[in-house]
Amino acid sequence: MGFGQMTRLTVPKTYKLYIGGKFPRSESGRTYEVVSKKGVFLANVALASRKDARDAVVAARGAQPGWSAATAYNRGQVLYRIAELLEGRREQFVEELIATEGASKAVAAKQVDTAIDAWVWYAGWADKYVQVAGNGNPVSGPYFNLSTPEPTGVVAIVAPQASSSLLGLVSVIAPAILSGNTVVVIANHAAPLAAVSLAEVLATSDVPGGVVNILTGSPSEIAPWLAGHADVNAIDLAGAEALDWVDLMVTAADTLKRVLPPEAGVPAPSLERIVALTETKTVWHTKSLI
Amino acid sequence: MSDLSKTPSFLDYAPAPESTSILHLKKSYGLFIDGEFVKGHGAPFLTISPSSEQKIAEIANANSRDVDVAVAAARKAYDRTWSRMSGADRGKYLFRIARLVQERARELAVAESLDNGKPIKESRDVDVPLVAAWFFYYAGWADKLDYAGLGPNPKALGVAAQVIPWNFPLLMLAWKVAPALAAGNTVVIKPAETTSLSAMIFAEILQQADLPAGVVNIITGAGDTGEALVNHPDVNKVAFTGSTAVGRAIAKSTAGSGKKLTLELGGKAANIVFDDAPIDQAIEGIVNGIFFNQGHVCCAGSRLLVQENVHDEVVDRLKSRLGTLRLGDPLDKNTDIGAINSREQLDRVRELSDIGEAEGAVRWSAPCVIPDKGFWFAPTIFTNVSTSSRIARDEIFGPVLAVLTFRTPGEAIAKANNTPYGLSAGIWSDKGSKILAVADKLRAGVIWANTFNRFDPASPFGGYKESGFGREGGRHGLAAYLESAGWGSGK
Repeated sequence: MGFGQMTRLTVPKTYKLYIGGKFPRSESGRTYEVVSKKGVFLANVALASRKDARDAVVAARGAQPGWSAATAYNRGQVLYRIAELLEGRREQFVEELIATEGASKAVAAKQVDTAIDAWVWYAGWADKYVQVAGNGNPVSGPYFNLSTPEPTGVVAIVAPQASSSLLGLVSVIAPAILSGNTVVVIANHAAPLAAVSLAEVLATSDVPGGVVNILTGSPSEIAPWLAGHADVNAIDLAGAEALDWVDLMVTAADTLKRVLPPEAGVPAPSLERIVALTETKTVWHTKSLI
Repeated sequence: MSDLSKTPSFLDYAPAPESTSILHLKKSYGLFIDGEFVKGHGAPFLTISPSSEQKIAEIANANSRDVDVAVAAARKAYDRTWSRMSGADRGKYLFRIARLVQERARELAVAESLDNGKPIKESRDVDVPLVAAWFFYYAGWADKLDYAGLGPNPKALGVAAQVIPWNFPLLMLAWKVAPALAAGNTVVIKPAETTSLSAMIFAEILQQADLPAGVVNIITGAGDTGEALVNHPDVNKVAFTGSTAVGRAIAKSTAGSGKKLTLELGGKAANIVFDDAPIDQAIEGIVNGIFFNQGHVCCAGSRLLVQENVHDEVVDRLKSRLGTLRLGDPLDKNTDIGAINSREQLDRVRELSDIGEAEGAVRWSAPCVIPDKGFWFAPTIFTNVSTSSRIARDEIFGPVLAVLTFRTPGEAIAKANNTPYGLSAGIWSDKGSKILAVADKLRAGVIWANTFNRFDPASPFGGYKESGFGREGGRHGLAAYLESAGWGSGK
């Protein structure tokens, strides 16, 4: 037994996909090697396949009615809970960002802190965006008439690929799920470790399984299948700048998906992102003439 | 027509046609570009009255060269005039237009019914009053854009390319033009090939309003004209109302162009009648839902979902109500059902109805006399319709109702949502809590409870899923023509 040794041998983690609240390997059995900026081996990460993407859409669709039916207060608390757990595992994320992105400790810590604060900021929107983006309508007749936004459904997302693998991911997931959407996200290809660790945070923070599904692998391989999937309502191409994103838009047009265009860098926190992934429903009801 | 050998019943009416003498139609109409009527360079075409097949006027046909000229006029007007004008002054022009529409309301209604085939009571009491209301509503927004909920100082997009359908020709023009101008954009709009007439009178109204040249350009033509317009490189915004197939093609051709896009496409709305509904009102609502404007309505209640235990009663009363509808001359003030807009559309309605029968549904048509000339289709309902039948899935866009049944609210919701469309829905029940719960679960942009087919400039309209995206009407409709300065995080 080696328990008394001076230098302890570490126990590396197996980095897997996150689908329907579980951590499966890719059904394809494929992995790809993730190395540090200096070329040091870090992990063999699951290389998600088309089938994994479809499984993730099924999980997201299954979770959508329950998640959108949760009260806004409840969804807000769940998002806040993510911030709490992320704070508790702050050091782990700092280490992973240093390893995968070659960031300095200060820069990595800043990214983790900003990501935590983004969860807090978006958590607060869950029970407010409807008031800000919806309104009563003064129609010319005896009708009660109200317009309210509600989640569009299942959203496929290409997470930012250039940098900030944790903050980029949080900046696209949080605005999508707070309204009740469920998501299938393709993580940062080169720096996927933070994404898998974020999945562990989500799995333990009262986020129902299937609300967030995270695929590691090649965005150019998986994104076209998600853009063409008939059970996906919207696609956020935030991180698709380096892909053939016009082709993805053309594919998405077949099923008239809502499309958010590529963005340079990490999307800033905004109400606009929340509202872009909602549908406005207008309900009329007669008023009796008394 | 009444048979003189019989005692006239209370349903027999003497003809009461609206006079066409109020119209001052020209023999031919040019394109309205840069404030003037000009010749088109494509081969002109005729617009006919669908109720008589008589020629009304010759309409110019814009080719791609004309589209270039129109877009250039809109760009020039945007750069030199409209984008520099105060919001208050833009609003005043829109108020002027609203008033001129009211002043010429009778004329516009007659032209619309003549050219489109819709009953004069609809063009007179619905279409044209809403056109005026739309301009009046958006006029007031023009100097209040900071309050539209888009952050401070939202910006106009530039030149808007707009393509509209034939079912509500002038109303669709108003839905497109009013918010675009209020937001500070200039416009090139193309009416549908079969219904250009009211847009030409509207162009005269713009001249009377002294709207600066080039702010609104109206180009007529068919699908190729529309295609050239939406794909023009100097266009910043594309707004389209029409079929899902064309909407899909536009979404593809504008992908990656940076043009802001809103699409108002097809529908297959469920009109859900629960057994506790006020049946008299529900019958009127069902009739209005599918037979308003001959069913040429994207949000028409074309699928009647009726609770099983009241199915027979509802269908019987529906048939007896349909027996009282008068089909005929659109200009007759007593007419309930006008003409189908074109032979092509009539063929489609006939084909899908035949398919419905072939697939096992039971067809019933109201016993009405079909005029010899023109395009007509008697109000028709299908019972015993399966959810997989094409008449339960495809948008027919005609006076054809598919009746399906359900037992529980859950089944009604599942059936209502079982369509790639998601534009509208109706719910009929006297129980408010049930209505609100069902409304929550329907995937549709507009839900009418104990009413149907209500429209208002203050009320956002638009679809979920393959019924398109973006909203028209209300504050939301304004946002479709503005670039947000960004809400930001405030951090």
